[in-house]
Amino acid sequence: MEDFSGFPLEIADENKPMVSFKKVRKAYGSLVVLDDLDLDVAAGEMVSIIGPSGSGKTTVLRMLMTLEQINGGVIYVDGKPLTHMGKDGKLIQANERHLRERRTDIGMCFQHFNLFPHMTAIQNCMEGPVQVLGMSKAEARDRGEELLELVGMADKKDQHPSRLSGGQQQRVAIARALAMRPKVMLFDEVTSALDPEVIGEVTNVIRKLVSEHNLTMLMVTHQMGFARDISDRVCFFYGGKIEEQGKPADLFGNPQRERTQQFLSAVKEAV
Amino acid sequence: MSLFEFLSQYWPRLLSGTGVTVAQFLLGAALTVGLALVFGLMKMSPNRMIKGSAVTYIELFRGTSLLVQLYWIFFVLPLFGVTLEKFTAGWVAIGLNAGAYGAELVRGGIMSVPKGQWEAATAINMSGARRMWRIILPQALVNMLPAWGNLMVEILKGTALVSLISVTDLMFQAKQINASTYMSAQIFGTALVIYYILARFLLTPFMRWLEGFMARKMGRA
Amino acid sequence: MFDWLLKDEWFPKFDWRWDYAWEILPRLLEATLNTLIAAAAGYLIALVLGLVFALAQRSDSRILTFVVREFVEFVRSTPLLLQIFFIFYVGPQFGITLSPWISGMIAIGLHYSCYLSEVYRGGLDSVPKGQWEAATALNMTTMQTYKRLIIPQAIPSAIPGMGNYLVGIFKDTPMLSVIGVAELIHTANSIGSETWRYLEAYTLVGVIFLALSLPAAGLIRAFENLVRRKLGM
Repeated sequence: MEDFSGFPLEIADENKPMVSFKKVRKAYGSLVVLDDLDLDVAAGEMVSIIGPSGSGKTTVLRMLMTLEQINGGVIYVDGKPLTHMGKDGKLIQANERHLRERRTDIGMCFQHFNLFPHMTAIQNCMEGPVQVLGMSKAEARDRGEELLELVGMADKKDQHPSRLSGGQQQRVAIARALAMRPKVMLFDEVTSALDPEVIGEVTNVIRKLVSEHNLTMLMVTHQMGFARDISDRVCFFYGGKIEEQGKPADLFGNPQRERTQQFLSAVKEAV
Repeated sequence: MSLFEFLSQYWPRLLSGTGVTVAQFLLGAALTVGLALVFGLMKMSPNRMIKGSAVTYIELFRGTSLLVQLYWIFFVLPLFGVTLEKFTAGWVAIGLNAGAYGAELVRGGIMSVPKGQWEAATAINMSGARRMWRIILPQALVNMLPAWGNLMVEILKGTALVSLISVTDLMFQAKQINASTYMSAQIFGTALVIYYILARFLLTPFMRWLEGFMARKMGRA
Repeated sequence: MFDWLLKDEWFPKFDWRWDYAWEILPRLLEATLNTLIAAAAGYLIALVLGLVFALAQRSDSRILTFVVREFVEFVRSTPLLLQIFFIFYVGPQFGITLSPWISGMIAIGLHYSCYLSEVYRGGLDSVPKGQWEAATALNMTTMQTYKRLIIPQAIPSAIPGMGNYLVGIFKDTPMLSVIGVAELIHTANSIGSETWRYLEAYTLVGVIFLALSLPAAGLIRAFENLVRRKLGM
């Protein structure tokens, strides 16, 4: 049984990070995907995660959304442990009930949208609030319409996903996630499955969110220009660890580590 | 009496019944394969008469139940001058019934062979029959074997119906023993287990092995 | 014009009488109705029980999954006729007497629930994994996820299989005659034994079966399209 006594039961300082990975480890058998990862994200901060495939970037988001179990370390959200819970003054692995409590703070948008095909756009946005938050249908509908307006999809609210383009579906997916009022929003390569000409629709929505709302955001992306524009911080992942991180201007303009330089120049060539 | 005593007293009858069941299965399965090949190919013929007869056979035997067909063959055919002895009527009915389903499996299997194979065979000037026999059917066979596995289990289950025209198979023996002893749980339970063993531990593994064998022969495994 | 087909030398014992056929038709039609009701009742049992079995095989408890899986395989691999006898006769051996109708319906319902559980499993497996992840991201419970997302999406692809088994149940109802249920075949036998004429009775039974099962394929396809349209898929 792993000993979690080295980890605090709660992070209580005033300037506590919104998200905190402490010595987080993830392995599939003998393949180590995340290796003793320490990562703090401040409240309201927008962090982009870049790196080659297999570097563990998507795994970071998936573990935060509790889609995967971690094999070592603890993840904290808003000061409270996510993956573990306190019992008799000690930390132990969280049970499903604890996960459900903590999960409300986190929302996620996926590469392949994962909209519910048998529901219209507005119904997709209402589903979470009504079923999980216990909101009335009328209230959920109002909130849904507001959010669809925000992402520019108000006129398509009664359409099924099969009638929407990729960019439109992804925008509805963002509205759906926002309807749950999460404190942390995760974007997992949300433009990777889109045709180039509609990528702008989605990135503009994310820009709006950054400028108008105080959400904490983590974004895994291959859109380097976009990451550079809107992030507060960029993390370059390599081999399950953060190779280098810093302000966008610093990391993109003046990468210190060799691997970062190699990656960035390879990406430039591909464009 | 306990289950053990029950088995030691009745095992000869159960064994003979199982033997008849297996015989019905093997004969029925053989007829099924033959009919399936013939009518499956006929249904793909451009000739309307040939295709029509195949469609008639298939829809007729798939649209009515095996029981109705069995009764018809045993009770009604004699009125047309065709009298079959009951053992024969049994596996013939099963073969006709399952053959209709099998014909659709054959057709599906053949259609799943990529068009390019037909064209390549024609390009080396193979005749239609040779092309079918040496190129298309072998590939179709590998594709349809899994579905045939299911059909074979259905044939085995179908043999139980021949007991209704008094063929002395396992089902018939079970009914007889029940009628004289009323130890229903023991006899029907044992019969169920025997069918289960035949299906799950003999038939299905054999079909799986056959799938693997054919796949290897076709260079696919 | 076709009289030559019915020449006596061709069919020594063939002696179709239309008036007689017409006479026995009402009785056969009434039996058809009973058969349809029995089939419908058995099917309803199978629909519900099949879903239970399918979901049980996806549970987190490995014991439950194993037990249900083995049970389903057992029922699917053994003859329905034998299962009917089992349920009808074993009850009284332990003091529970079931009427032929009830035992028949239970046997058919149980047998087909195992077929349907396989159809459901196929449908459930066909729902993309992303849907589960989206549900987790919205913090929905497992039951909510099944009820609102997974099952509605699993149904359209399961309909052809479900339809085929409905037709199959109808065709299997004659087996109930062996325990005395007055369905179609049983009635035909009774008619036959009353008058020693089986030809018209059995032929009409065959025709009725065909008339009901042949259009079924088209109806099933139409129903599938209807469901897909209604669900916007």
